[in-house]
Amino acid sequence: MAERDAPALDSAGPAAPPRRNGELVFDAPWESRLFGLTLALHAQGRFAWDEFRQRLIAEVAARDRDAAGGAGFAYYEAWRAALEDLLAAKGLCAGAEIGERAGALAARPAGHDHGHPHDHEHAPLHDHGRGHG
Amino acid sequence: MSGADDDALRIEALESLLVEKGLVAREAIDAVIRHYEQDVGPLNGAKVVARAWTDPAYRARLLADGTAAIAELGYGGPQGEHVVAVENGPRLHHVVVCTLCSCYPWPILGLPPGWYKEPAYRSRIVREPRRVLAEMGLALPPEVEIRVWDSSAEIRYFVLPERPAGTEGWSEERLASLVTRDAMIGVAKPKPAAEASRG
Repeated sequence: MAERDAPALDSAGPAAPPRRNGELVFDAPWESRLFGLTLALHAQGRFAWDEFRQRLIAEVAARDRDAAGGAGFAYYEAWRAALEDLLAAKGLCAGAEIGERAGALAARPAGHDHGHPHDHEHAPLHDHGRGHG
Repeated sequence: MSGADDDALRIEALESLLVEKGLVAREAIDAVIRHYEQDVGPLNGAKVVARAWTDPAYRARLLADGTAAIAELGYGGPQGEHVVAVENGPRLHHVVVCTLCSCYPWPILGLPPGWYKEPAYRSRIVREPRRVLAEMGLALPPEVEIRVWDSSAEIRYFVLPERPAGTEGWSEERLASLVTRDAMIGVAKPKPAAEASRG
């Protein structure tokens, strides 16, 4: 399945991406940031895991229905929607705030250096040509 | 929002807002990612299986209380609570799914592969396990019963596969090299003895 069409990358040495039985853990850097953000928030006691999981189940179910209709299935989009919903419900961060900030980030000039080096550190792990499934 | 670029921007926006609000530290996020990318993976589970194959008392403890038995080897943490091992036999094969989302025993298997999260696997493995396993390369004879276990927040299953033939007297380390992630989900058998790494 997925590992069979994984891209050819160095499998050993310092440039090798982390692999789990031949498969990358994340398809894109934003997925790993989202995952790390969620676990770090939980570790800080911002929410109980089941509060997140119940929302994830609902978002996954909605996307299962879309996928049955022929749309692609994007697991980490479901995860993102679940986390945003939870943060809004807890009064920790409103959806409108996120949209506004994302708009501001999108308006940055090309080639900006925005002082968040994580995307670039993880860039070698990101295969732009590989979608879900 | 749609598309990977929009997702990336939105996550960057969310992270910067939460950091500014003092709800989370960037270093904590980095540490989580590093841990799951570099430290946690199916090799942990493979060591658990190899121990169970070589130590009957450990095997009994693993089947009685999976969480406690993996903790003996130093494995635990998020999604490591309520781990239950199910043991394959000559006429019984177990396979694990999470039909609702993606519950999975992270401390011993790492993060789940892409297909484990896909709707096709999550729905079809329950309805037609024999056919899905065959499609995934595991054709089981009709006399082998297949049991499908639905993981949840309450219980996360993993499969204790049968020890491959021709491995008598092997070290745990060498045995562990036969145990793949897919064998512990139950969509494959361990590698045959001939494919072991030396050691």
